[in-house]
Amino acid sequence: MTDSPARLVVGPFNRVEGDLEITLDVQEGRVAAARINAPLYRGFERMLEGRDPRDALTITPRICGICSISQSAAAARALADAMGLQPEPQGARVAALIHAVENVADHLTHFHLFFMPDFTRPIYADRPWHGRMVDRFTAATGSALTRAVAARAELFHILGMMAGKWPHTLAIQPGGVTKAPTARDKARIQATLRSFRRYLEEGLFGGRLEDFVALSSVTALEGWAGGDVALFLDAAADLDLGTLGRGSGRYLSFGAYPMPDGPIFARGLWDGTLRAFDPAAIREDLSHAWMLGETRHPSQGETRPDEDMAAPAYSWCKAPRLDGLTVETGALARQIVDGHPLALALAAEGGVRARVAARLLEIARTQIVMEGLAAGIRPEESFMARAALPRNGAGVGLVEAARGALGHWLTIERGRIARYQIIAPTTWNFSPRDAAGMPGPVEAALEGAPVRAGEITPVSVQHIVRSFDPCMVCTVH
Amino acid sequence: MNLLWLQASGCGGCTMSLLCAEGPTAIEALSDAGITLLWHPALSRETGAEALALLQAVEAGEIPLDILCVEGAIARGPRGTGRFQMLSGTGRSLMDWTQSLATRARHVVAVGTCAAYGGVTAAGGNPSDACGLQYDGTHPGGLLPAGFRAHAGLPVINVAGCPTHPGWVTETLMLLAAGAMGAGDLDGLQRPRFYADNLVHHGCPKNEFYEYKASARELSDLGCMMENLGCIGTQAVGDCNIRPWNGEGSCTRGGYPCINCTAPEFEDPRHSFTETPKIAGIPVGLPTDMPKAWFMALASLSKAATPERIGRNAVADRIVVPPTLRPKK
Repeated sequence: MTDSPARLVVGPFNRVEGDLEITLDVQEGRVAAARINAPLYRGFERMLEGRDPRDALTITPRICGICSISQSAAAARALADAMGLQPEPQGARVAALIHAVENVADHLTHFHLFFMPDFTRPIYADRPWHGRMVDRFTAATGSALTRAVAARAELFHILGMMAGKWPHTLAIQPGGVTKAPTARDKARIQATLRSFRRYLEEGLFGGRLEDFVALSSVTALEGWAGGDVALFLDAAADLDLGTLGRGSGRYLSFGAYPMPDGPIFARGLWDGTLRAFDPAAIREDLSHAWMLGETRHPSQGETRPDEDMAAPAYSWCKAPRLDGLTVETGALARQIVDGHPLALALAAEGGVRARVAARLLEIARTQIVMEGLAAGIRPEESFMARAALPRNGAGVGLVEAARGALGHWLTIERGRIARYQIIAPTTWNFSPRDAAGMPGPVEAALEGAPVRAGEITPVSVQHIVRSFDPCMVCTVH
Repeated sequence: MNLLWLQASGCGGCTMSLLCAEGPTAIEALSDAGITLLWHPALSRETGAEALALLQAVEAGEIPLDILCVEGAIARGPRGTGRFQMLSGTGRSLMDWTQSLATRARHVVAVGTCAAYGGVTAAGGNPSDACGLQYDGTHPGGLLPAGFRAHAGLPVINVAGCPTHPGWVTETLMLLAAGAMGAGDLDGLQRPRFYADNLVHHGCPKNEFYEYKASARELSDLGCMMENLGCIGTQAVGDCNIRPWNGEGSCTRGGYPCINCTAPEFEDPRHSFTETPKIAGIPVGLPTDMPKAWFMALASLSKAATPERIGRNAVADRIVVPPTLRPKK
């Protein structure tokens, strides 16, 4: 191949949450460089300034209609931190259950609606699995999609009951949750979870969740023969998705579902070995974002859009870095940091298959977690602790959204929000270059992706980008 | 009928809520009603060049556009350029695309309060200069002028809500497909009357507490949230407590106040969302259509008449006093 260098602008890039534009420099059938633009700015951090701090619980969930509860949970933790308040243990339990429901549903939505339909493309018509893909995963109408959407809607009955509605609930508060479940509510939650397990085991996994969770090597994973998981693994092996779109190998998790004795999925940084994560080492670099100001820690950060959208910036997204380096965040990172054997085996691979398989692993593990959380609900106890907001203070809320590490940094002055800064998971993964010229994680993962002759929306690029499950509305906010 | 869905400046939550439709799913319901999804940002296979070709064909009139659904507000900034939201891969703003496609459509539907009035995207000083399709907050005229009528004769249909209930969206679209929605079926803010003629108060499980003004003091108390916790379900339109959300939910059933999310400018209530503003200890705001003097008189009378059961339950997080069983005569 002796193609001359060509520039492709990929968009509208759909089946991701929100707006995404990718500019590719293509040379000799490969992506030589990628630049990611998050083309929507709304200014949530500015909207919050001057408001009653409690308003963050109403405003921040509306950053994102798919990570809504994650934003709620982060805001509630930031407020609790500022108040010096520990949630009631039972309140924390129900909040974790509510949050886990959203995260599992997001994984389900991603797999069925966003990621898998790419395998039904005519470009794959000669592959042995293509017919099954068309039957199961045709966009919007495939039989697996219809069943998954129905199962998701039924799972959300737990949110109707405990969170009023989804998305955009006010149920999660700094001290716990607004509704104390009764014994009958608990029985109903457990019935819904049993029904969801039935769906997962009969449809998606075609086997017992405990058996999938017990897998501990890539070879064992490749031997999984059940359900749509096996269909994905077939296509992944055939297309060599294990080596496509490899990441940096640095994985960050803030720790998911804070409970009185620590998070259910661990917090930490993994770069070959597990390390403690120091939130003080975060900086947001603005060199390639249409933002004015200096590189700062989010507790001192600001959001001032550059209305001239001047070069060299090419995105509204800031570039968060940890100790000056990029990190990848998401289900794969979370499961690696938590030390799950299969995730650790997939860490060596670190590409499209690893990310998607880790999400499947996390669906199975989280179902088991949710069942444990529900079983431990004690209706006779209190679900809400109370405390007053300080007139001046600061708080941090670090949680795990479906897509990874989500942080809120809050400063209160004279009873009002003086500063509110948010770093969303996709801000980490889809960040632009920094002042050192280092590409963001997805930009780096796209380098080397194959581009077939004549392709103007390369399918390999779509697989890689969607394997990260971007939430672009959270990214810039 | 062909339906095209655009996501403008919003959170995508109205699509996520739409996917919560049950019996049947939203996609099945629309298909059964004869609606063809031309393209949806979250659902369609076509991406990049394929999607752009489709949008261009619709804009050129080569593909008829029966229903244009827009989710999210229209970002007009910076300085009127719309560049706070560019439709990726097209070099054009969402503002520009929406304006152009709206002129092609037989019906234009604003899905959610952002698309209808600006909503949360326009909150707190409105950093992106966002507005709704045919309203700028409470003021008629947004991206499209107040006099705009789509080709079938209706103004923009405002399926307001944050998020919208999946039933509000599917039923609006089914009524349009059946030719069963006219100008008289919209309220004064262009919302479908089938849900906007109800108040969130209707069917609220806290109604007995409301009757006696037995008020919750803190979030998680069972009592009525109007007096202290900012609930404006007696003024907000919506059938939220008549038809459930996600199985059996609603905001007030979840133990938190109605914040009037179906209304323009709900995003900036000028007080905390979860605290009722008061003047000299008297809550500001009256239930819809209630004369003030009568409300005050009835409230003080009913408060004085509050049965012990209702008074004690109002300030507890669970029922502590059950209803008295009358002995059989």
